[in-house]
Amino acid sequence: MSTLNLNEHDANLKEQFPQYFATFSIARVKTLFVLLALLIVLVIGIHQLEIKWDRIFTGMQRLGDIVILMFPPDPGWGPLFKSYIDAMVETISIAFLGTFMAAIIAIPLSLLAARNTNLHRLLQFLSRRTFDTLRGIDILIWALIWINVVGLGPFAGVLAIICSDVGSFGKLFSEALEAVDKNPTEGIQSSGGNRLQQIQFGVIPQVLPVFFSQILYFFESNTRSATIIGIVGAGGVGFILSEQIRSLEFQQLSFVILLILITVSLIDLLSARLRHALIQPH
Amino acid sequence: MTNLTSQAPLQDLHDAYLADTRRNNLRWLGVVFVFLFLVFLFSWIAEVSPLKFWKNIGNFNSYIDRIFHLDSGDWVVLHPAEWFWGFKKWFLLMLETILMAYVGTFFGCLGALVLCFLASQNITKSKTAVFICRRFLEFSRTVPELVFALIFVYAFSLGPLPGVLAITIHSTGALGKLFAEVVENIDMKPVVGIVSCGGNWWQKIRFGVIPQVLPNFASYTLLRFEINVRGAAVLGFVGAGGIGETLMTAIRRFYYSDVSALLVMIVVTVMLIDVATEKLRHSMMEKESLR
Repeated sequence: MSTLNLNEHDANLKEQFPQYFATFSIARVKTLFVLLALLIVLVIGIHQLEIKWDRIFTGMQRLGDIVILMFPPDPGWGPLFKSYIDAMVETISIAFLGTFMAAIIAIPLSLLAARNTNLHRLLQFLSRRTFDTLRGIDILIWALIWINVVGLGPFAGVLAIICSDVGSFGKLFSEALEAVDKNPTEGIQSSGGNRLQQIQFGVIPQVLPVFFSQILYFFESNTRSATIIGIVGAGGVGFILSEQIRSLEFQQLSFVILLILITVSLIDLLSARLRHALIQPH
Repeated sequence: MTNLTSQAPLQDLHDAYLADTRRNNLRWLGVVFVFLFLVFLFSWIAEVSPLKFWKNIGNFNSYIDRIFHLDSGDWVVLHPAEWFWGFKKWFLLMLETILMAYVGTFFGCLGALVLCFLASQNITKSKTAVFICRRFLEFSRTVPELVFALIFVYAFSLGPLPGVLAITIHSTGALGKLFAEVVENIDMKPVVGIVSCGGNWWQKIRFGVIPQVLPNFASYTLLRFEINVRGAAVLGFVGAGGIGETLMTAIRRFYYSDVSALLVMIVVTVMLIDVATEKLRHSMMEKESLR
């Protein structure tokens, strides 16, 4: 009895909402086509990049051997350990200096790129394209170029991070400036404030927290980047990493990777705290 | 008389305001002081010397100048054919770079799809499974792509395969975290409804979770693809395929005009992909908001 009722209920539903019970629909065919296209590109990619099962299989075996060789991590107590810590401190220094100098350079430039602070269309367009180009070139490529100019060492790394981050900060800061609420500025103007006071009390309090949290966020991500620019010779812990892999010292390698993981997560934690402390009072 | 009564509280207010600003200024002064100290300390560690910079900044200008001039001394734009003499080869390498990013993003997205449900507290009840999954994702996104590539090049030998694997692992970690956050923020009512009608785990995911998270997942994947194209362009620095190896050789061996040609190709490709993925994401979001 009850099953019969249920069937009747189903039939009613089917009559009422035929679109939800159809097994064929244009949307479905479209989805299938998109999936098929994605898969075709994937197959072409796998073929072109010569990804073959036997290569993956033998590689996995070697990778397994390497992972076994990595344990236990060896801190190389003594002078080696000190060199790892020094390299890590250097890495953090590169990230810190690169991020904050980029921010200092990017703040005036972002005024040029924002629609509401610069009315000159051509300058606006040019500064935006410059930011795009700076951002489009990877930090590692910048590092290689700066090595040609200032030689090997951490200074090239700092300059590389500055170049790439001026592009990112310029874009983000000018977007923050464009999103500023006009009401406070107008309020200050109507009560007799001059242009400088309008900026000091109307614009800066609005954009400062945004700027700060962006800078801290980039400091985090630059610490990660600074760990690898040493691979091309621009200072930091990356040089040690590539040397250890080249000389097959896997136990020390795993220790340095561990050191990077710990440092990066500590900096994440610290910057999250700082962000809350700086933004909350406003 | 009226003046006196209204003045007294105002005076208090004024004093309080001054004291407050003074305290605020002192705090800021402290922050600036600590900041400057850190700048000097770190500059010393990182061997930053303004003197060296000023001495060498001319080199940078002349370097930029040189990469935009051909060996004959002519401005590169005057002879585009000579500037892009290796266009066919470079174009194929650029395609290889994009394909590496595509295949890596695809498999990374698959891995993230599987792991994100296991890393979400509201779908997986076992606390240990969630914990292990999250630590795994954290590990794979914190170790830089290039470090994975370095190790994989040793294990899998040179070529695009180690690059693709490095991108896959890194994308799994980065996307897995973002996906898990989306899954944890879903509306649980449809899921509860399916479970209460007797739906199994797969039906719960397919009809309760997926419809809610798919637009966000697609948007994040597209963003990741764009990031991976940039990343794939430098994986060649360690021998993991793509255009990076050619670029590094050109920079290291001072093939000046080649450097600018390759940089122009990379920047243009990255910008085009940037624009294309942004358009796709916007059109998807519009469709979503029309529903």
